[in-house]
Amino acid sequence: MSTADAVAAVLWVGVTAYAVFGGADFGAGFWSLVAGRSEQGKRARELCDWAIGPVWEANHVWLIFVLVVLWTGFSTAFEAVFSTLFIPLSLAAFGIVLRGSGFAFHKTARRLAGRSVSERVFGLSSLFTPFFMGTVVGAVASGRVPVGNATGDPVTSWLNPVSLLIGAMFLATSAYLSAVFLVSDGRRAGTPDLEHYFKLRALAAGLVAGAVAFAGIFVLHADADYLYHGLTHEGLPLVVLSALCGLGVLVLLRRGAPRGARPLAVGAVAAVVWAWGVAQYPYLLPQTLTIKNGAAPSATLTSILIVFGAAVLLVIPAIALLYSLAQRSMVEEGERPTAVN
Amino acid sequence: MLYHSLPLAASQLEAARSQMAFTLGFHIILASLGVALPAIMLIANYRGLRHDDADALLLARRWSQVVAVTFAVGAVTGTVLSFEFGLLWPAFTGRFGKVFGVLFAVEGIFFFLEAILVAIYIFGWKRLAPWKHFWAGVPIVICGLGGAFSVVAVNSWMNQPQGFSPTSGNVTSVQPLKVIFNPAVPYEVPHMILAAYLVTGFIVASIYAVGMLRGRRDRYHRLGLLIPLTVACIATPIQFVVGDTAARAIASDQPIKFAAMECVQTTHADVTEYIYGRCTSSGIKGGLGIPGFDSVLVGGSTSTVVTGLDTAPANKRPPLNTLLHWAFDTMVGICTMLILLGLWFGFVWWRKRDIPKTPWFLRAVAVSGISAVVALECGWIVTEVGRQPWIVYNVMRTKDAVTNSSGVWVTFTLVLLLYVLLGTVLVITLRAMSRRWRAEGDRESDVPYGPEEAVSSEAAP
Repeated sequence: MSTADAVAAVLWVGVTAYAVFGGADFGAGFWSLVAGRSEQGKRARELCDWAIGPVWEANHVWLIFVLVVLWTGFSTAFEAVFSTLFIPLSLAAFGIVLRGSGFAFHKTARRLAGRSVSERVFGLSSLFTPFFMGTVVGAVASGRVPVGNATGDPVTSWLNPVSLLIGAMFLATSAYLSAVFLVSDGRRAGTPDLEHYFKLRALAAGLVAGAVAFAGIFVLHADADYLYHGLTHEGLPLVVLSALCGLGVLVLLRRGAPRGARPLAVGAVAAVVWAWGVAQYPYLLPQTLTIKNGAAPSATLTSILIVFGAAVLLVIPAIALLYSLAQRSMVEEGERPTAVN
Repeated sequence: MLYHSLPLAASQLEAARSQMAFTLGFHIILASLGVALPAIMLIANYRGLRHDDADALLLARRWSQVVAVTFAVGAVTGTVLSFEFGLLWPAFTGRFGKVFGVLFAVEGIFFFLEAILVAIYIFGWKRLAPWKHFWAGVPIVICGLGGAFSVVAVNSWMNQPQGFSPTSGNVTSVQPLKVIFNPAVPYEVPHMILAAYLVTGFIVASIYAVGMLRGRRDRYHRLGLLIPLTVACIATPIQFVVGDTAARAIASDQPIKFAAMECVQTTHADVTEYIYGRCTSSGIKGGLGIPGFDSVLVGGSTSTVVTGLDTAPANKRPPLNTLLHWAFDTMVGICTMLILLGLWFGFVWWRKRDIPKTPWFLRAVAVSGISAVVALECGWIVTEVGRQPWIVYNVMRTKDAVTNSSGVWVTFTLVLLLYVLLGTVLVITLRAMSRRWRAEGDRESDVPYGPEEAVSSEAAP
């Protein structure tokens, strides 16, 4: 494995972490949006808030990580992606602004009107941000982003079957992942009814995600030859692994098993991200720019690996501390949702 | 293609520069708060624990809630800036991302740790043991300094690029250490870190000064004024010295930028220092002139030769010289006034162990926050507009860095609206928080740790 490949792997670690943690976070916004005005809906929203409150900021730092590794390690690809996909990326950036501030403000807004507006903003932007990011991934994966400053089509590069499919896929997996997480959060909060509530939603979202993935086979076959070939050859074991993990989650949820569903759901998402990576290898931008040709000079690549090593040593313990404190309910603000008898 | 026709490309550049200037100018205020507010909060927290001071603990707890909101909004506006590296300046990042990017990777670590520790600190008031909680907050301050170093070092590198080759075309070799420790780092980085501390200190102090002017003169408000004001008043004179060093360094490293800041048209000795005035091609019109003083500032004597704008062709000079000159003078002027405020405060404190009794002192503190923010923005105008027409000084022009994608005017308009809304909501939220606190008063239940848990030593003075 070359240094450039190692840096690409680091990039993929970031993409995976963002897909998992950021995805679960977006999903919580989705569930809080569709929870409705009923008493149970209100409590479900409280559970979403309570669960992501301490961790949401850290979750989204993964996005910065991905951007920085991309522009440092593979500047040419970054330039191509951000100039050709100006529209969806601008929309995603707006979504991030709205979402982050919606979340920051709704905790502090005590008046009902302000609270419900910021909740709505948070929910809607949790919906369209991952969708637009999905269209960006679709554009890259289907080879629609040429090298250069805005040399691709500004519209059809991201408004095409593959982009729409992956956008939908992002939404479905976010909702699914988040619902699985919220099942155990509901248990931790001592609210069995909410545990059940999210169990049903996790099952439904899992089935939808599976259906979208199935439809995806045909779309990719018709519209993204290279990716389709990769997913059905080198990437096939990972695709199968992802499907098995997904099925495992459904079985565990139906049985009401207390643990195991979360790691399997994470596994399902991580496997599909790596399947995409393997399918696209050795290309950064399929069939126009390889990892080798797009990589930064070796001193830069080495520096990225050193910084990544330092990050592993420093950030992993800190993040583990945060998640363990959060899981032990040592860090919390506001009330957990009340239990009903 | 129509997109690439020249007039549109030119307006594209204007739009991109406006959007960058606006989003950076907005973010820098939140970034300053993010760097310095945790430190001020921890000073209050330390005081609260060490001296069993319930007022100080209450301040620390409330400031931590402000940190939570501003940090979240700052994280969001910072994310927008990283998108803009690609959305607005893809050719810059495409060519030089491999050079300066490592600094952002380092910054990423600091920011990540900061986000985690801020979360632990803010959400840990109820359950963590008091001193453990305090120590969880300390690394936030260190991360803030490290993050500021990394980001400002990138800006320094844009002013004093080095550590890569070749200087034209595709970069094939990078020396990361020369990039990180470029010649502008020693003055630009401390200048910004001090700015963060003094801006934050004066902002927080000004809020409590307003409260005291409205008659809320209890110990809680006094402490809320004293802690940040002391921090700011210590930072300000140091800032003056660092700023002076920076100006002299710029006079030698980027002489054309300095010439534009001071509107020096021709290279000569015994240069008059003008305070304000309008820059024209034949020198400054109006303004208050101090003969020979510009030469003294640059080299210590009136015989020092100052490089003039005439040494560079018109297409290598910064635009908007009057704006630059005014921004520079305003920044220096405000810093001077703030030093005087600090001297007043320091003198009275030394004699009477008290803040000056006159309401004029509180009025002065009340406007110090907004003045410090104006000085901060002026500083960024000086460094950013003064570097034009280059994005990487003497290496890459800003017009060659901008995106070829159309639609920047649209995003700029949307960003403007969104940020105005964001700023308004932020201010409304902070005011609502303050009103709620006032309604709560300083009830026992609001004090985070029980007194029996706090390590109590000698009584508070």
